Amino acid sequence: MGCDMSLLEIHEPGETPLPHAGEGALAVGIDLGTTNSVVAIAREGVPAALHDAAGHALVPSIVAYAEDGRVLVGDAARELLAAEPTRVVSSIKRLMGRGSADVRTVAGVLPYEIEPGSGETDMVKLRIGGRARSPVEISAEILKALRARAQAALEKPVERAVITVPAYFDDAARTATRDAARVAGLEVLRLVNEPTAAALAYGLDKGSEGLYAVYDLGGGTFDFSLLRMDKGVFQVLATGGDTALGGDDFDRAIAERMLAERQRDGVIDRVDETAIKRALALARQMKEQLSPRDHTSGRLELEGKPSFHALTRPEFEALIAAAVGRTLDIARAVLADAGVGAAELQGIVMVGGSTRVPLVRQRVGEVFGKPPLTDIDPDEVVALGAALQAESLTGGGDTLLIDVAPLSLGLETMGGIVEKVVPRNTPIPVQLAQEFTTYQDGQTAMAIHVVQGEREMVADCRSLARFELQGIPPMTAGAARIRVTFAVDADGLLTVSAEERTTGVAQRVEVIPSYGLSHDDMAEMLYDSLDHAEDDMIQRLLVETRVEARRGLLALDAALAKDGALLSDVERADLDGARSRLEAAIGGDDRDEITAAAEALEALSKPFAERRMDRGIREALAGVAVSDLERRVGE
Amino acid sequence: MDHFARLGLPAALDIEPAALDRVYFASQRKWHPDRFVSRPPEERAKASTEAAALNDAYRTLKDPLSRAFYLAELCGVEMPGDGKTIDDPDLLMEAMEAREALGDADTPDAVESLAAQALQGKQETLESLASLFLRDDKPAIRKALLRLRYLDKFADEARARRTNLERPAS
Repeated sequence: MGCDMSLLEIHEPGETPLPHAGEGALAVGIDLGTTNSVVAIAREGVPAALHDAAGHALVPSIVAYAEDGRVLVGDAARELLAAEPTRVVSSIKRLMGRGSADVRTVAGVLPYEIEPGSGETDMVKLRIGGRARSPVEISAEILKALRARAQAALEKPVERAVITVPAYFDDAARTATRDAARVAGLEVLRLVNEPTAAALAYGLDKGSEGLYAVYDLGGGTFDFSLLRMDKGVFQVLATGGDTALGGDDFDRAIAERMLAERQRDGVIDRVDETAIKRALALARQMKEQLSPRDHTSGRLELEGKPSFHALTRPEFEALIAAAVGRTLDIARAVLADAGVGAAELQGIVMVGGSTRVPLVRQRVGEVFGKPPLTDIDPDEVVALGAALQAESLTGGGDTLLIDVAPLSLGLETMGGIVEKVVPRNTPIPVQLAQEFTTYQDGQTAMAIHVVQGEREMVADCRSLARFELQGIPPMTAGAARIRVTFAVDADGLLTVSAEERTTGVAQRVEVIPSYGLSHDDMAEMLYDSLDHAEDDMIQRLLVETRVEARRGLLALDAALAKDGALLSDVERADLDGARSRLEAAIGGDDRDEITAAAEALEALSKPFAERRMDRGIREALAGVAVSDLERRVGE
Repeated sequence: MDHFARLGLPAALDIEPAALDRVYFASQRKWHPDRFVSRPPEERAKASTEAAALNDAYRTLKDPLSRAFYLAELCGVEMPGDGKTIDDPDLLMEAMEAREALGDADTPDAVESLAAQALQGKQETLESLASLFLRDDKPAIRKALLRLRYLDKFADEARARRTNLERPAS
């Protein structure tokens, strides 16, 4: 091999390059992002993002339902945000595949009206522009816009696409993404994990070999993947992430600080949908300005009441330190999972707009001991990789992506314990089986409950599906041999089947995730019966608690700056400790924890407050003669 | 077809990781579903089945421990069913002592040295297994595998304990 003898080109079966299947067979790569989306095409191994008339590659993932019935996507939708915030949806990706009961676990504020309803699917719905709309419908609008852009740029129909999803997307979210593409008239050639796509763009571009990590911090999701690149093979070794952690959290921290500052200064705000959206939009601008600059300021006007807010980069970094720390914890866990040391990495590929934040780059560099790779535009790199994969899939390319199941898949057994059938990081596609037996004499049916997640108890994992294997012939307990098979396809989607082996009674289900859209229901959207008002309320209370806590922090900081000398070093250290515990709690989603930390800080700062008050009185009395004082007292 | 045969490897304990990767990648180049996107459904289904079987073979043979258990199964060595039982009195004694030592270790370094011992024991046992397989000494294979399983679990526990000790008190 390797000598100059390639007079004949010989192809393995299945590897034969297919002729381009005529006109209309163009396949694009789409990065359907939380904040921005990009569509790209690759030709002859060279990928390029497709631009609009103004030359922008990024389509803001914002959808507006205008009063006249038009649906606007991208910059046009953003323009409507200030005037009619209730008709505009952003960051819808955070809700893909989510059930209404899940919404409370989605980090942060959801400035939308959540729709109550009834029906068999428990998919979350938003009331936008007077109608209930599912995340699938809303995402489909973004995909339609991307498809239209591609058709305009390429002057050909576009019907097929590779679409990227966060590696950590679960079965429900993957199914929802596929459904959205179908609604938009796109056939999905493959769902590819975002970090894998990014690695593909880097790997093919640079001809890299060895171990690489991809650190992908987008608007709403964080993924960290470890890959090996070896002669055109991209093998994912381990992956981890958080589907509710990203740049939106940075915006939110700034927005809450601004609302707290207003409250401190005596401005009474109604913290409603409009207020949150306005504050978030300003926060985002300020965050972006703090990448090239070390201080910024903004003007926030709510209900005709303006306020001005200054923010330095160190202040911003203190606000986001906890969230950035969480990404690094996840990264370390992924390396440990694969048994790889940081020093073995050839490079760390940075993906996602949020990796432009200097603190993120700095901390990643510190933890891995080398500067991260940032030379491909972090906003486009995923779409470019997807486009390369789309070309490879339709044109018979030579690269090979071997991806893994990001989350363990298992079954409920006695006592609510999870028996894992497909451990996380198993290469896909894969088909694995496990045998179970009956536990009662004469038992003729067995409930099969499929779950996804790493925890030991069913209650802590995601429920994907339930079905019942019936018609088991009556036998003594433990005699039946029920074989349950999990098949995960190359898109990461699961099918489960069960069979009684002594008699051959079989049953197969395609797992329709409990919170996804069932396929028959694609057209008529049914609502669920859960009480969404409560979820809404929980989110609202959380925001209010955070705002209140930040106000306390600001007041304390002002007092410390003025009268810090009243404290001993030990007292100051205790106070600083309690202060950072509160800051960490604000970074989390536990309202009780925030309240507890705020109360602890308040208790600890009480002596300080008293001393300040004493000093205040002394100062007021300074220079007054004792006799005067006595006289006054006597009056 | 057993996992070794599927990848064209001899059924043996010793496999070079690089050699395993090489045959696995070559087979996946042929069968991965990405190569069959524009093919008829029956070809796609076949590719998917083949690729799934390859992945099962690869993940089973890649880890030396799971490879040893798989080889033992092929050789007809019977293991205790529940995967947790230790029915060897010597091993049971060793396990109890080691667990006590781990409970007493209160610095990351102390835990690290116990973990290192466990890893070394694992390595030695794996090496001894190769000749046991050659001699087809089933009782000794079984004993060695139980010890391996215990040492592996112990190393995990040590790692977890070290992580706990290293975590700054908050």
